[in-house]
Amino acid sequence: MALRGNLRDFTITQLLNLINLARKTGTLVVEGPNETAQAFFREGKLAFAQIGREDTSLAHILFKANKLSAGQYKAIQQRGNSVSDKELGLLLINAGYVSQDDILANLQQYSTDVIHRLFTWVEGFFRFDNDQLPPDDRINVRLDLENLIIEGSRQLREWEQLQDEIPSLDMALKFTARPDANMRNVNLNVEEWRVVSYINPKNTIRQIGNAAKMNDLEIRRIVYGLLQAGLVEICRPEGVPIPQPVRVFPTEDKEEQKTLVNRLITRIRSL
Amino acid sequence: MQTVKMVVTGPFSAGKTEFIKSVSEIDVVSTERKISTKAEKTVKEATTVAMDFGRITVDEDLVLYLFGTPGQKRFDFMWEILSEGMLGFIVLVDSTRPETFREARSILETFRAYAPTPYVVAANKQDMNDAWELEDMRHALRLDPKVKFLSCVAMDRDSVKTILLELLYSILAEMESGEK
Ligand SMILES: Nc1nc2c(ncn2[C@@H]2O[C@H](COP(=O)(O)OP(=O)(O)O)[C@@H](O)[C@H]2O)c(=O)[nH]1
Ligand SMILES: [Mg+2]
Repeated sequence: MALRGNLRDFTITQLLNLINLARKTGTLVVEGPNETAQAFFREGKLAFAQIGREDTSLAHILFKANKLSAGQYKAIQQRGNSVSDKELGLLLINAGYVSQDDILANLQQYSTDVIHRLFTWVEGFFRFDNDQLPPDDRINVRLDLENLIIEGSRQLREWEQLQDEIPSLDMALKFTARPDANMRNVNLNVEEWRVVSYINPKNTIRQIGNAAKMNDLEIRRIVYGLLQAGLVEICRPEGVPIPQPVRVFPTEDKEEQKTLVNRLITRIRSL
Repeated sequence: MQTVKMVVTGPFSAGKTEFIKSVSEIDVVSTERKISTKAEKTVKEATTVAMDFGRITVDEDLVLYLFGTPGQKRFDFMWEILSEGMLGFIVLVDSTRPETFREARSILETFRAYAPTPYVVAANKQDMNDAWELEDMRHALRLDPKVKFLSCVAMDRDSVKTILLELLYSILAEMESGEK
């Protein structure tokens, strides 16, 4: 249980990363200094997000996006809560006012905007509630988190944190084997694509930075975003002679070394 | 007399001293000194500034030493020195303090960059109510599915034994794969 903490120590981007990789279903609740935000997820995809008591009804979202006129909006409002968002959506589509794509695009935009606003929160308690499912009466979207994660990572400027995340530029990068890590659906900017084009276990991060004409801070920031989005992982560079650790074993003989490890195992078992 | 060593690392207050104490046959040698920084003081009254040092005698002519690294960043010059010649290393992470996960990741990446030595990662303080689940921690720590990631309670000798054994199995497996 206990997926909780403070945003100062564990950022929204890192939380999205976790939710994405673990394909979580449930609700992320963030209590900021002034407001509380809720983001609902289904199998690692964003279904819906809201901050505070903002009106998140479909009618209001469509009205704000100029898909409904003030008159239409008012008429719907007068109906009160008798019509659910799903029913309203169907009615509007059938009446030809909006298309299904319009509805989904605007809902996605709304939730995306909420997450963007959350990225600016630096302080606040969060918890992830596995049992609280996305609200049934709402039209849920299925938004991939990779793009949001990359966008959030772009905002990380703090040198010290980047240094922590990527302590050594002499390691290399490779694409993750995760089957759903799909580069094609991710919106990378030119710089990020340039870095991606050099990714190969033979190239160290430092070499990639040099080739792409980026300083240490820039290359670290981009690699951090790719790591966070689960697209790449750090590996030992190929072809570089492995640094031979100074004398690990008191003996050079391979069989004796194995015997020694087995003696250690036997001893520890007996503790 | 032959000696081999393992390193126990991890952020400040992860449980390194406790871990080594649980299996060492000598009192863990460590210089406890009051640290004046306020933030650190709230976490723990006294903190280890020198490294911990534990011993397990295997037989007449083999001894295993366990070294704990000083957790605070300003002592990280010691890490490389300590890591020389180690058989493997253990990264301890306090499961109840997500604010230390980033540092734990950083320590792990730093050690990984020194040498391709086998290692295991242990989610410590799993006995506590607010401990994060292993699955969540694995993602937060960005551990590859192949990395051994184990539940741990540093005060519990059996738990510590299991982790040392898992590290030794990894060392053995690597020796065997290296021979092919
Ligand atoms: N409940 C619980 N407390 C632990 C555990 N491991 C360590 N501690 C406590 O956490 C604090 C820090 O441990 P310590 O070994 O000094 O951390 P170090 O800075 O990594 O050496 C001490 O108060 C320990 O008693 C554990 O597995 N469970
Ligand atoms: Mg200590």
